[in-house]
Amino acid sequence: MPRRKGAPEVNAGSMADIAFLLLIFFLVTTTIETDAGLDRMLPPNEPPEDNVVIKQKNIFTVNINKNGQLLVEEELTDIENLRTKAMEFLDNNGDGSCAYCKGKKDQNSSDNPSKAIISLKNDRETKYATYITVQNELVGAYNELRNREAQRIFGKDYTAMESEYLASETKERMTPTEYEKLKEDVKRIQDMFPQKLSEAETSNN
Amino acid sequence: MAKFAKKKEGDLPAVSTASLPDIVFMLLFFFMTVTTMKDSSLLVQNTLPNASEVKKLDKKDRIIYVYVGKPTKEYQGVYGSEPKIQLNDKFADVSEVGSYILAERANRPPEIQNVLTTSLKVDKDANMGLISDIKQELRKVNALKVNYTTYEGNAFNNLQ
Repeated sequence: MPRRKGAPEVNAGSMADIAFLLLIFFLVTTTIETDAGLDRMLPPNEPPEDNVVIKQKNIFTVNINKNGQLLVEEELTDIENLRTKAMEFLDNNGDGSCAYCKGKKDQNSSDNPSKAIISLKNDRETKYATYITVQNELVGAYNELRNREAQRIFGKDYTAMESEYLASETKERMTPTEYEKLKEDVKRIQDMFPQKLSEAETSNN
Repeated sequence: MAKFAKKKEGDLPAVSTASLPDIVFMLLFFFMTVTTMKDSSLLVQNTLPNASEVKKLDKKDRIIYVYVGKPTKEYQGVYGSEPKIQLNDKFADVSEVGSYILAERANRPPEIQNVLTTSLKVDKDANMGLISDIKQELRKVNALKVNYTTYEGNAFNNLQ
């Protein structure tokens, strides 16, 4: 009887095929999606202090009715013009205290960016899509102004700086001092045009 | 010297494919690690609106999802065609949003409980009334950071 050999070698040639099969399965089921959207802070659920007086000229009112029409500062406005109007309002610099503003210094519009408030009001029957478009335009107005200042001071866009600051891997990639610097830069631009977007309770009529 | 037989000129050596499985496995592991299986199936229609000024929502562990939209075809017979809220895998009433947020918050590690974001995935045809009610509920439980989740695109496409 011949001596028994060791276990026969398994042919590994089909290993690649098996691996490919698995690979294709995971390729198909993978969704590398990160959601994106408009970040907003809701006002805290506390009764507002009632001794705060805000001048009417510092409030930029935007009303959306149930048909999606816009009433901006008591004027019927196309949604396409909303961003320009909001930017004019924020950048107006009525009291001349804002050195970097390029607005018209109209006495009947906002005093300076830190006092300017945008008030958004919508109807209960307003379509969500319209609401998002309006929100988008208002956030866009802030972003454009902030980008302008960031370009002037740092030579790059504010939106790029902010997304870099918020990205999870930035903190590991940068040295602590670099990260602090970025944080301060972002904060500095934010304070130049602080986002004051107030949303009143919806009206029912 | 006959011992050193000259190699033929145009004969290319065969490329070794022995490392092919290794390469494929490497790719395989990559995709295995980045794959996320969908955990909740949608009961509502969810065509998000477009927006251009978006911020990315990474850090998945810090997000609580709230879906709003019309029930899908197979549920319309039971739940009607008015926009509804979906929390986890079931329809919910506005009044349940607050307790859902609190329950979700309690499930997260304590160090991130204060930095959670509520992602509102709302169908573009929903009405603002329901959204306002949800926002009121969120304010009551102090979940103030919200993200109106959208697709990236031209916001004016929403109006058509």
